[in-house]
Amino acid sequence: MPLSLTRDFWQGFRDGTPFILVIVPFGAVFGVVATEAGLDLAQVMGFSVLVIAGAAQFVAVQMMLDNAPVLIVIAASLAVNLRMAMYSAALVPHLGKISWWRRGLVSYFILDQTYAASVLQYEQNPAMTSAQKRSYYFGVAVVICPVWYLATWGGAVLGTAVPAGLPIDFAVPITFLALIVPALRTPAHIVAALVSILGVLVFAFLPFNLGLLIAAVLAMMAGAEVERRIRARAA
Amino acid sequence: MITFTTTQIWLVIAGLGLGSYLLRLSFLGIIGNRELPEWVLRHLRYTAVAVMPGMITPLILFPQATGGTLDATRMGAAAATIAISLWTRNTTLTIFGGAAVLFALHFSLS
Repeated sequence: MPLSLTRDFWQGFRDGTPFILVIVPFGAVFGVVATEAGLDLAQVMGFSVLVIAGAAQFVAVQMMLDNAPVLIVIAASLAVNLRMAMYSAALVPHLGKISWWRRGLVSYFILDQTYAASVLQYEQNPAMTSAQKRSYYFGVAVVICPVWYLATWGGAVLGTAVPAGLPIDFAVPITFLALIVPALRTPAHIVAALVSILGVLVFAFLPFNLGLLIAAVLAMMAGAEVERRIRARAA
Repeated sequence: MITFTTTQIWLVIAGLGLGSYLLRLSFLGIIGNRELPEWVLRHLRYTAVAVMPGMITPLILFPQATGGTLDATRMGAAAATIAISLWTRNTTLTIFGGAAVLFALHFSLS
């Protein structure tokens, strides 16, 4: 790997490191919950390695506990993961030009954190080449994903070592806020975020997290429309 | 306890794993290096700010850990995290600062 790409890789690695703070408790809690639900170690690790999406994994375990049919469990958990397709689309302008097998690898590692951290970096550094963007992305992924596997394993094997009552559920909102606030660079971004918040509250009654998807689509349309109007006025 | 058979459990894991991968691969794999029209790109620029605020809004307002009621510790930590982010413009400092405020409030308020 050329020196410049190594630099981008390590930049991604460094920027991904603080997410360990949220990945460890989240993964460990999944390991504990799934084990207590009756899954063996291979099955628990199967979830974290093959599915590699915390929220969907929790939904699947909960629905299996509720004795839902296999196909319903899969469909409902996949609905939670539909946002991954939006991330996939949003990465096309940045990583669409790299080789097909690397795109296959990038796809496996698409998570809220890898996607958001990378796009934030790309938008703040528009001069980055495709290869540099790729190196940065893998730098973030390489620090986050093994920690996810290890934390799951730790939770499954060690059990409830995390003291009860600690507000670790809130690690997720904190890391997401740290990614969203710097992304609110223009009025269009701010409008999109507000529509997302309002939309999710309005459509909260819908099952399977579908309210979030509707809110997200409306928010993207709102952001795009505000951008178009501002440009039309400037032109 | 989960009463699924071993086969059923692995069917869920394999089905969910494959489905999730295909969702992630969808656009990157199919569109690849073809150019997207400007109006599509314009929408995609807002993906992050369209998805993530909606994801965390219920977690901040109605945390499951408190039975879904507003909670001073979590609200305070969220406000502090936003303030630290605006002030430092640094993601790493924001995450550690937000976590520090969260635990400080947790131990002083409870």
